[in-house]
Amino acid sequence: MELAPRAPLKAPVTAPDRDPAWLARVFWLGASLVLLWPLMVATEFRPWILVEPANLKVTGQFLATFLPPAHSPEFLAMVARESWRTVAIATAGMTLALVIALPLTLLSTRALSVSALSGRMARGPFWLRQAVRGLLIVLRSVPELVWALVFVRVVGLGPTSGVLAIALTYGGMLGKVYGEILESGDVHATQTLLRNGSSRLQAFFFGLLPQNAAELTSYTVYRWECAIRSSVVLGFVGAGGLGQEMDNSMKMFHGGEVFTMLAVFVALVALADRVSAGLRKSLG
Amino acid sequence: MDRSPAANPPYRLPPPLFNARCRACWFSAALALLVVASFWSLNLQWAQFLSLDAARSMGRFGAEFFPPDTSPEFLRKVAVGTWETLAMSALGTVLAAAGGLLLALPASRLHADDSAPGRGATRLLLNALRAIPELVWAGLLLIAAGLGPFSGTLALALHTTGVLGRLFAEALENAPPGPAAALRAQGVRKTAVFLYATLPQVLPQLLSYTLYRWENNIRAAAVLGVVGAGGLGQLLSFHMGLFHMGKTATVLGAMLLLVAAVDALSYGARRWMTR
Repeated sequence: MELAPRAPLKAPVTAPDRDPAWLARVFWLGASLVLLWPLMVATEFRPWILVEPANLKVTGQFLATFLPPAHSPEFLAMVARESWRTVAIATAGMTLALVIALPLTLLSTRALSVSALSGRMARGPFWLRQAVRGLLIVLRSVPELVWALVFVRVVGLGPTSGVLAIALTYGGMLGKVYGEILESGDVHATQTLLRNGSSRLQAFFFGLLPQNAAELTSYTVYRWECAIRSSVVLGFVGAGGLGQEMDNSMKMFHGGEVFTMLAVFVALVALADRVSAGLRKSLG
Repeated sequence: MDRSPAANPPYRLPPPLFNARCRACWFSAALALLVVASFWSLNLQWAQFLSLDAARSMGRFGAEFFPPDTSPEFLRKVAVGTWETLAMSALGTVLAAAGGLLLALPASRLHADDSAPGRGATRLLLNALRAIPELVWAGLLLIAAGLGPFSGTLALALHTTGVLGRLFAEALENAPPGPAAALRAQGVRKTAVFLYATLPQVLPQLLSYTLYRWENNIRAAAVLGVVGAGGLGQLLSFHMGLFHMGKTATVLGAMLLLVAAVDALSYGARRWMTR
């Protein structure tokens, strides 16, 4: 009896050396380049102008002035003063934003509606709430830079325009997000208070606020951090602070000063980041 | 003789308002100090703002916005500006997603034995890119790339690279390690492990981060032009500088419409995806 010839042993399986899907990857890369083409035309995307000799020379000269960074005592004192102004503009703007946002939130939140306890909300309060929401949306959707441009045009340069610009835009943002936070939580305790005859403010202070205080605070701290960044940007249109000095130094090609201010600014943002992360962590 | 128990529960004073061991008290005091110091040091000119004069000039300023310029050739210019803004934001975000992924690889520790030598340095770079706002980047890039939407695109790309790079690195580090470990145990090379185990797991998350940033970047791109980096912002600052108030009003309207449209779209998309 003869055995059937045995199948040859297979070579041991090893991982392939090439990426098996390389063809598909190259295809999709090419396809996305074709799709991006109109965007590149619209944005005049010509990276080679970065390395044209004339541009390269200007850039090189500017970068060469970065070192050594400016460090004369007067300059450092000026930077410290302007950094404080940047923080102060952000803080004052946030305070006024809270002054705008808190009443509007109380007006617009559905959880404090008495008529909604029994079925549908009455028509008057419903439209009042919608109107307040509309106002918040308008405040929020004008970028703070545009507010600042308008205020600078009307009352002149200075930190007041920056503070007001931050107050208006951030007031809208805070009002909207506060409303969302208050309505997303459990409203049972609040409604029980309202049903038993407490006023809306009592229901807010003893029902809604304790439930959501941690979340509200942590969002406010996060926004304060964002306000510091935008107060630097507002300086570029003349609202004072670090941004304005940076703009001046850039226009005069004083690279060393720009470098010092950029470093101070990065440190400032990192510090605010650290403080806000620590606070949010301790709030849980 | 026995003392009769008090009729009322033991009388206790309310807790003191300030206690040296209470961290929240110290924090609140510091906060109040910061706010007061801010208002005090800025010497804000409320008088100038709230005076009758300011109200009148504000009113005049507002009235000049009307009627907005709606001539066809200007509307065409605004449409081109809007398209430029959209293109800047989209291209900037795509570049940033690519750059962010490239930088996220050295910035993350992919498995326990990975020594990740460049992790600290790359994270420092990402933080610096992220800390500097788009507008400052645009101001710096104007020197190297000249006026126009190209510097705006690069500025958006640089800032967003920092943001996305950090988010991507977190996503990569938090990916479930099983599949990658299985491939590594088989002796598969690093690139293949990444392409076949780590990337498919985190891809949906990376995409949603990128879309979220695109939404932010459209808003940012609308105002970037104020320093001369193209798009609607450049039209805005140009016409506002020349006191063409009707044209400024049209540009502002286009900007608000763009932002509102993006908001509505993203709200709708989120509702649709979480339904």
